[in-house]
Amino acid sequence: METNEVFEKVKGLFVEDLGIDESKVTMDAKLEEDLEIDSLGIVEVVMAFEDEFGIEIDDEELSDVSTVGQAVNLLHSKI
Amino acid sequence: MSMRRVVVTGLGTINPLGNKVSDSWEKLLNGVSGIDHINLFDTENLPVTFAGEVKNFDANEYMGKQYARKLDRSAHLSIFATEQALKDAGLDTETRLGSNVGIVFGTGIGGIAATEDAVRVFDSRGPSRINPLAITQLMPNSSTGQVAIKFGIEGPSLTITTACAASANAVGEAKNLIENGIVDMVVAGGTESGTTPMTIAAFSQIRALSTKNDTPSEACSPFDKNRDGFVMAEGSTVLIMETEESANSRGAKIYGYVDGYGATTDAHHITAPAEGGAGALRAMELALKDAGIEKNKIEYINAHGTSTPANDKNETLAIKELFVEHAYDLQISSTKSMTGHLLGGAGAFESMVCLLSLKNNKIPPTINLNTPDEECDLNYTPNISVDKEISFAMSNSFGFGGHNGVLVFGKY
Repeated sequence: METNEVFEKVKGLFVEDLGIDESKVTMDAKLEEDLEIDSLGIVEVVMAFEDEFGIEIDDEELSDVSTVGQAVNLLHSKI
Repeated sequence: MSMRRVVVTGLGTINPLGNKVSDSWEKLLNGVSGIDHINLFDTENLPVTFAGEVKNFDANEYMGKQYARKLDRSAHLSIFATEQALKDAGLDTETRLGSNVGIVFGTGIGGIAATEDAVRVFDSRGPSRINPLAITQLMPNSSTGQVAIKFGIEGPSLTITTACAASANAVGEAKNLIENGIVDMVVAGGTESGTTPMTIAAFSQIRALSTKNDTPSEACSPFDKNRDGFVMAEGSTVLIMETEESANSRGAKIYGYVDGYGATTDAHHITAPAEGGAGALRAMELALKDAGIEKNKIEYINAHGTSTPANDKNETLAIKELFVEHAYDLQISSTKSMTGHLLGGAGAFESMVCLLSLKNNKIPPTINLNTPDEECDLNYTPNISVDKEISFAMSNSFGFGGHNGVLVFGKY
C-alpha cells in the first residue's frame, strides 16, 4: 500500500469515525493541537488503526507520533 | 428561614414533552402525554415496548460529532438543558462561570448504555477492544463533570445517586451550599437516559413497569384504580439557583424561592415504601420545618405519583397523616402521568413544575385518572389543569433504596 493510500484511509477514519472536520486532516496536522485528539482519543485512534489495518501497535511506537504524517509513516512501515 | 434566601433565576429542560420550558409547560397544562412506543431501539421480545423518549434531538447536530461521540446521551441532555437554563438566567455561556458557582446533579443510573456496550464488546471481542471512553461515559458523575467542563464551573461539585429522588436531593443540597455561604450560585439539576433493553427487562422482572403496551399514552395513570406500574422516561432539567441578593444585584428575573428541603431514609426495604409512607412523611415534615411555614400554607403538591400500586397508596396515606383535614383541600398532581418517570431527572423537572405553577397560577393535571381508587381519595387534579393562585408548593420524590427528598417552593 502506498503512503497516499494509507493517508486516505487514515483520513477516512478520522472523518467518519471520529467526526473530525475533513479540511483539518492534512499530513502536517498535529493530532492534539489541530485535531483536538486528547490522550483518551489517541487510544481510540490506535484501536481504529489496528482494526482497519489488521496490525498491533505498541504504546512505545507511539511516543514519536504527534502528527498525521508521522502516524501515516508508522502505519506504512507496519503494513 | 435562612438569611440567605435562595431563588431560581433560570430553567432549562429537555424531556419527552418538549425540548424547551415553554413547550413543556404548555403540554403539561393541556394534559398531553409524551409517552409512546420506543423508537430508539428494537423492542422485540421485551415485555414492555413503550417509554417517554426525548424527541427531535440530534446530539451530533447540537454539539458536533467529534464532541458528541465522547459523551453518553445522558450527558448530551445535561449540557443541552444547562445551556438553556444559563441563557434563561441571563448568563453568558461563553464565559467560564468560575469558582463562586457550584454544580449538583442527580442521576439514577448514569451512563448505563455505555456500560452495556462495553460489556458486549468485552464478551465478543475481548478486553483490548473496549471503548477507551467507556469509563468516562458510564460513571454516574459523567454529566456533572462534562457540564462543569463545558461551562467552566469551578466551585464544589456533587453527584447524587439516590435513584428516583436524586435530583430532588440535588436541588436540596444546592440550597444548602448556597445558604451555608459556600457559593452564591449553583447549577442544580438531574439527568437520565437509562431506557435500554436490559433496564426494561430488569425493571420488568420486579414488576415495576406498566405493561399496557397497546395504549402507551394512557399507561401511566397515577392514583387510578387500574394503575399497574411506572413508565420509564429520559430527560434532563436544570435550575439556576442563587441568593436573592445575587439575583437582584444582576437584575435577574426570579421564578420563585426554594424555601424548604427535607431528606430522610426509610431504612425498611430496598424497593417497597415503608408502611404508611412513614419515611416520606418525615421528609415532608422536615421540609416544612426548613421552610419555616405551617403545613396549611401548602396549596399544591407535585406528588411522586409514579403509578405503581404501592407508591400512590402510601404517598396518599403519608399526605393524609401529615395534613389531616387540609389534605382534602390540597391540589395534588402527578406530572409523571404525562412525562413518565424521569428517574434521576424527576425531582428537578418537578421542581420546575412547582416554580412555574407558583409563577403562572396554574396547576397541571394528573392525566389518565378515570377510575377512582378508594385508597387514593384526595384531589389529584384529574385530567384538567386548574387556575389557582398559590403561595407555597411542595414536590415529593422517593427513590429505590428508601431515599426521600421533599422540597418546598415559595412564590416570589
